[in-house]
Amino acid sequence: MLRYILKRMLIMIATLWIIVTLTFILMVSIPGSPFNSERASNETVQANLEAHYNLDEPYYVQYLLYIKSIVTFDFGPSIKKPDQSVNDLLGRGFPISAELGIVTILVAVLSGVTLGVFAALRHNGIIDYFAMGFAVLGISIPNFILATLLIQQLAVNLSIFPVATWSSPAHMVLPTLALATGPMAIIARLTRSTMLEVLTQDYIKMARAKGLSPWKIIIKHALRNALMPVVTIMGTLLASILTGTFVIEEIFAIPGMGKYFVESINQRDYPVIMGTTVFYSTFLIIMLFLVDVAYGILDPRIKAGRKGGK
Amino acid sequence: MKTNKTGSLPGSPSQVPDDWFDWKEKDKDAGETVSRPSLSYWQDAWRRLVKNKMAMLGLVFLILLIFMAIFGPVLSPYEVNKQELSNQYQPPSSEHWFGTDNLGRDVFTRTWYGARISLFVGFMAALIDVSIGIIYGGVAGYKGGRTDGIMMRIIEILYGLPYLLVVILLLVVLGPSLTTIIIALTVTGWVGMARIVRGQVMQIKNYEFVLASQSFGTKTPRIIRKNLLPNTMGPIIVQMTLTVPTAIFAEAFLSFIGLGIQAPHASWGVMANDSLGAILSGNWWTLFFPAFFISFTMFAFNVLGDGLQDALDPKLRK
Repeated sequence: MLRYILKRMLIMIATLWIIVTLTFILMVSIPGSPFNSERASNETVQANLEAHYNLDEPYYVQYLLYIKSIVTFDFGPSIKKPDQSVNDLLGRGFPISAELGIVTILVAVLSGVTLGVFAALRHNGIIDYFAMGFAVLGISIPNFILATLLIQQLAVNLSIFPVATWSSPAHMVLPTLALATGPMAIIARLTRSTMLEVLTQDYIKMARAKGLSPWKIIIKHALRNALMPVVTIMGTLLASILTGTFVIEEIFAIPGMGKYFVESINQRDYPVIMGTTVFYSTFLIIMLFLVDVAYGILDPRIKAGRKGGK
Repeated sequence: MKTNKTGSLPGSPSQVPDDWFDWKEKDKDAGETVSRPSLSYWQDAWRRLVKNKMAMLGLVFLILLIFMAIFGPVLSPYEVNKQELSNQYQPPSSEHWFGTDNLGRDVFTRTWYGARISLFVGFMAALIDVSIGIIYGGVAGYKGGRTDGIMMRIIEILYGLPYLLVVILLLVVLGPSLTTIIIALTVTGWVGMARIVRGQVMQIKNYEFVLASQSFGTKTPRIIRKNLLPNTMGPIIVQMTLTVPTAIFAEAFLSFIGLGIQAPHASWGVMANDSLGAILSGNWWTLFFPAFFISFTMFAFNVLGDGLQDALDPKLRK
């Protein structure tokens, strides 16, 4: 087990190193200095500025300084909003984005698993067809399209929910719905197919023969095993929810990290783009690592396989 | 006890008249004739795909979409970027089938131009992914051992990179254009395909027919090309049908956050983004048509991919 975790950790560090190096190369290769703006500044000022941000050093020194700043969690200043650093933006945006993300994951997992289980129990019944039709739709409609459709129907036409912003539980309904539908559909499909497989296994028949109540069988015996594949795709789903927050926050005017990120892209605020990308990537890569480790701990076959294989 | 016609017990041969029986020549080939027409792997797969109604719906939709992407703009009398400011927000009518947008441009024409861009990006990305994936996965899987170990470590490291974030990063630097979008999408996009090809090749290379080929002294590239790849085509095709919608989604997503195809060019993502303000004032058609076509295209590729997965799976062969 320890060996497995160590191996995953080394891979994670290599991935992190690649993303950091990639951002550095890209930052250096952007034409012009970040201080070549329209604002007239004389050469001395510019040279001082560059010296202040170490831009006059050779590349390898800059590279080492860059890595040092990232390890110490300092992503530098914004060039379009000089009074703010990337850290300020992250500090303000992250809690809101995290709230949206956590609510979304909860909604997606709970409703996706429920939908998948019911579809499997009523295989080829009306609930199954309805659930799977819904799932295919959920996978097919991009979240930004769904978001605009929800605003148009539920907020503008019917005025059930507020159109935008993030202040009360009612405000949270539409963004969460738009963001959670896709992952929910994927989870529902996966749960259904593994559930169908698990339900035909001998140990389920055994449990039934023993006279256990159907719900006890489903929850204690079937679902536990059917959920393993859901754990494996959690990393990918997290990535898609995280990138989803960019557009959802932009559409619903939620002042989270995603909104700042899209803003910085549109204004070509390079330090913010790079800093946020590194932050997002680090977050995701660490999450992916944790999911891998969790899977290794949860699935006894992996543990056993590793012991046997050595 | 039951008795037969002659009144004697069954099983006493002398009592049974000969005219009860017809003499027949023994047909030696009877057991050998095949009752069903013999089908190749692909014919069989096609036969099963045709039975899948959803997959066929997807396939027909995609064929129609490709047709309209090629000929749609020609059929329409309007130019794609022609602005008619006096004609803003016309609802769908016999003149403008899908209405007009905020600059009076014909939505019908722009929708098919968008289809061109989306399909081009989708197919190009899938094609490049497949090419790199086949070479990389083929070599890693066939060579095995240390080479495979190193190549797989590289893949594991790249696999952890968040796809859309790397794409965004690359586009920020390269600047958005059709070519750079395709490059950005494929820089890490091929990894999934390489993993699948490698897994397949690892499995097949141990079969006897490959061993036979090796014992004749066939060179490695030829074995990969002639023995291994044809037998991995099923999973590759399935993966391809799932890569195309991912790329189409990515393009729409990028256009939506301002990193994709640049205005005034029409892509579905650009059109959806342009019409965000319009839906609040009730001009639903500017959003509806690009939204419908993005969603239905994704849907079509997904159901077609699912159908192909079932049809091409040898385990399900009847």
